Amino acid sequence: MKTPADLIYTEDDEWIRVEGDVATMGITDYAQDQLSDIVFVEIVAFEGDELEQGETCAVVESVKAAADVYMPVSGEIVATNESLADTPEKINEDPYGDAWLVKIKMSNPDELDDLMDADGYKNLERDH
Amino acid sequence: MYTSLTQADKEAMLKAIGLEKIEDLFQCLPEEGKFPQLDLPDGITEMEAFDELQFISSVNETTQELVCFLGAGAYNHYIPTAVDSILRRGEFYTAYTPYQPEIAQGTLQAIFEYQSLIAALTGMDVANASHYDGATAVAEAANMAYHNFRGRKTRIVLSPTLHPHYRETVHTYMEGMDLEIVGEDLNPESTPDELISLIDENTALVQVQYPDFLGRIFDLTKLSEAVHEAKALLSVHINPIALGLLKPPSAFDADIVTGEGQPLGIPLSYGGPYLGLFATKDQYVRKMAGRLAGETVDTRGQRGYVLTLNTREQHIRRENATSNICTNQGLIALASTVYLSLLGKGGLQELARLNYHKAHYAAEKLTTIPGFSVNPVQPFFNEFVLSCPVPAAEVNEFLLDQDILGGYDLGQTYPDLKYDLLVAVTEMISRSEIDYLAAVLEEEYHD
Amino acid sequence: MTEKTIFELSRPGRRGVRFPEPDVPLAELPKDFLRSDLPLPEMPENEVVRHFTKISQFNHAVDIGFYPLGSCTMKYNPKINEEIARLPGFSQIHPLQPVETVQGALGLMHETQEWLAEISGFDAVSLQPAAGAHGELTGVLIIRAYHNDRGDTKRTKMLVPDSAHGTNPASSAMSGMTMVEIPSDKNGNINLEILKEECDDTVAGLMITNPNTLGLFDENINEATQLIHDCGGLVYGDGANMNALLGIYKPAQNGIDVMHFNLHKTFSTPHGGGGPGSGPVGVIEKLADFLPDPHVEMTFEGDDDNPPFYDLVTPKKTIGRVKAFQGHFGVIVRAFTYMISLGKDGLLDVSTTAVLNANYIQALVRDVYHIPYERLCMHEFVTEAKSDDAPGIRALDISKRLIDFGFHPPTNYFPLIVPEALMIEPTETETKETLDAFADAMLQIADEAKNDPDILHNAPTNAPFGRLDEVKAAKELILKTTLPEDYGK
Repeated sequence: MKTPADLIYTEDDEWIRVEGDVATMGITDYAQDQLSDIVFVEIVAFEGDELEQGETCAVVESVKAAADVYMPVSGEIVATNESLADTPEKINEDPYGDAWLVKIKMSNPDELDDLMDADGYKNLERDH
Repeated sequence: MYTSLTQADKEAMLKAIGLEKIEDLFQCLPEEGKFPQLDLPDGITEMEAFDELQFISSVNETTQELVCFLGAGAYNHYIPTAVDSILRRGEFYTAYTPYQPEIAQGTLQAIFEYQSLIAALTGMDVANASHYDGATAVAEAANMAYHNFRGRKTRIVLSPTLHPHYRETVHTYMEGMDLEIVGEDLNPESTPDELISLIDENTALVQVQYPDFLGRIFDLTKLSEAVHEAKALLSVHINPIALGLLKPPSAFDADIVTGEGQPLGIPLSYGGPYLGLFATKDQYVRKMAGRLAGETVDTRGQRGYVLTLNTREQHIRRENATSNICTNQGLIALASTVYLSLLGKGGLQELARLNYHKAHYAAEKLTTIPGFSVNPVQPFFNEFVLSCPVPAAEVNEFLLDQDILGGYDLGQTYPDLKYDLLVAVTEMISRSEIDYLAAVLEEEYHD
Repeated sequence: MTEKTIFELSRPGRRGVRFPEPDVPLAELPKDFLRSDLPLPEMPENEVVRHFTKISQFNHAVDIGFYPLGSCTMKYNPKINEEIARLPGFSQIHPLQPVETVQGALGLMHETQEWLAEISGFDAVSLQPAAGAHGELTGVLIIRAYHNDRGDTKRTKMLVPDSAHGTNPASSAMSGMTMVEIPSDKNGNINLEILKEECDDTVAGLMITNPNTLGLFDENINEATQLIHDCGGLVYGDGANMNALLGIYKPAQNGIDVMHFNLHKTFSTPHGGGGPGSGPVGVIEKLADFLPDPHVEMTFEGDDDNPPFYDLVTPKKTIGRVKAFQGHFGVIVRAFTYMISLGKDGLLDVSTTAVLNANYIQALVRDVYHIPYERLCMHEFVTEAKSDDAPGIRALDISKRLIDFGFHPPTNYFPLIVPEALMIEPTETETKETLDAFADAMLQIADEAKNDPDILHNAPTNAPFGRLDEVKAAKELILKTTLPEDYGK
């Protein structure tokens, strides 16, 4: 399972890449593996929406499960990855690259302090 | 009866489990209340049961014995014999939801064909595998519209001539949501265009019936434009037989079509089980509740079908599912599939016209009786409003004495219409029965 | 072994049914409303019958073989039920007929209510709901209405054990409640400590299944219902597993206030490939006024000269209608036929045999398949399909391999709290030989899983179809077919 060292992680299996005040986010390799073949992605947030940390910004579905994806940090949605609608399998193939979900202009970067680095995420206790 | 263990079997099985007697199986149940003596009669043989139930059934007066002019959401139609012949196949009726597609392709292909037929009939992109009945399909449309706008739009406009049971069911289903439901107190004789003034930007859904509860057919074009201008959804409830003749709701750009599928080969059976038709546009497919079969292939390269988009459903989404529905009306949807296959294009057209002509003959005949009248302007399909010189309830009582099931007394739903009778005429009614109805009314109510 | 669709079999001009020529003058058609095109298939009757007969043979069904699908109670569906439901006196009555013309139907419904009430211990029963999930929604709405009626509007929290059917949380959400999940304890019972912590004045109720979805009688049931009642909540019972309790225990005695029945599970009405079901709801006395509209009541008890009279009545504080007309009458007729055929001894025999059969299979396989909660089960049990000896094998593989032996697989991946769950419910209507053959197949499959796992991965090979590609179906979303574009040209 890949867990790139330059990213920040949440307990809900989202990753964030921070560049200036913009955070790009997606779901982790572990999350895509748990879901297995992803067949549908719906980004429910629109560009310009202001969302709080923890609000749902996307839904990712495989044939056996549907997962809500939450905002890892608060902020304004500045871009959404529309290409995933036609190629949801990208999340399985390249979760940390092409398959980002949304870009967020952070309104409260301090929230990052509560999230994990790669080691912290790797050591997260799983139920199974 | 239906259990088959011998005493020797039971002893051997208990021994394998490590117990001595049957009662030991229940040792972890609280003692108090265990093995209650049920105050019920002893079992009876099949012969006795048949006798008893036949007697109970004979107490009812059937639509075979009475001439049935009663419709109002359930219609007495002819059911071709091949429909029931297929329904009696144990392979269909003793199977369950097709969880294991390798051994359920019969059920799955039938659902896929059903979806295809309902989409073709309604003119919509996609139909689900069905809801419980017309009322719950209408309620699920409200539920879908509410969730489509993520609860941000909270007004639903219901036409006063949507079947009263359906409107009540919408209220029951949506009771837990904070919604404003308007439109029902408009004059029932108003037109759909009068709903337009009730539509605002907070409106999620407008629901109408076509033909409406009073049997009338209206052009929904203007209403539809107003609905879409407000970025709301239009849901149209149909009678499937009428669509053998009439433009489908897609012609009015409906977003959702619901229907009561009972006329499609389902017996009246005192109100159920019936069939809730539900179809929509492609763009709303993931918002639609209920089962869906989709085409795919198996490991051998054969075309086959599976239940798909399961992730919308309660067993996966649990409290995030928009509806708690588990199944569809399986066997009843199959009945309508066989029925529509037998009638096909030509049969459904022929049947729809037959209903239309008979109902119009009846309307014309009844309107010649002094004191009775039918609105001469408004187009209708197989059901119309007969205005009577005395309360409709009295007319019905008189007709029942003549072995006629009169129409639906509209005063039960609309207090201002208590002199109005909703009369349905299907292919089961002969010209002489219509003449008989007219004759007895004329004789009873002349002056 | 595929079959074309009715749209592929269609040829222009064919017809399976004709209707008589109109015996009335033709009226002018409404020209503004006529449809131009009706793209339905066209087939003769014999081809229609062959088509549906052929696809029916792709199905497994109770009439063909063993169907141990946990939590679904796939018991034998007696043939007499089907005949009775089709008697004209039942099938050919209109739902809006005057009540005096349908006293047989109303009397039968009333009797059915009485039987269900006696079996379960509830004071009133409504036959309105169309299915189990529909009954659940009805029950939750009754709970909501009860609290609101007392002005107790802050009760919006519904407690649901983690082993519950998915419909439980969905029903509570649908009725506007928030759901709180309660874990199970190490014996598979509801966790009383955690339940206690959640008990406060915002609790609308607890939704509990007993026996629970692990097939275990919840040993904490009386304590749990007491806790809920003490904090002012009501207890909803999911009656899906009632087949374990006929004549064994009345759920109302455990403090359950409202419960739905599944006539298509416990009372032998056919599952019909997914429906129609019927989900009557039973309630204790203080909830009777909230039952759905309409309710069948005996309004005159009868005397020496007159039979009793039954009517459709609107309960005083009804939650309203949950569907049109009067419930799934045709299903109710079948269930009533079953109940009076069995009588009290027959009903007791159903449940004791169902429980015996389940425990017997559990005993035969438990040395090989891990049983997460080692207890006597009720009418079904849950095992884990995973084993250290066969790491690549999942519940799905075992299920698919069972198909090769002619059995319908158990329910898999439910309940969610057991990883790789296989939930086995044999029902009472099976012979010992069938149970033995099934257990033998399970044991052989466990052996194959260890020694030749590919047999499992490639299964089924002995069914009309191999495994179907669900990913393709979900991605491509082909949800209908149509007549070919060049049809009739």
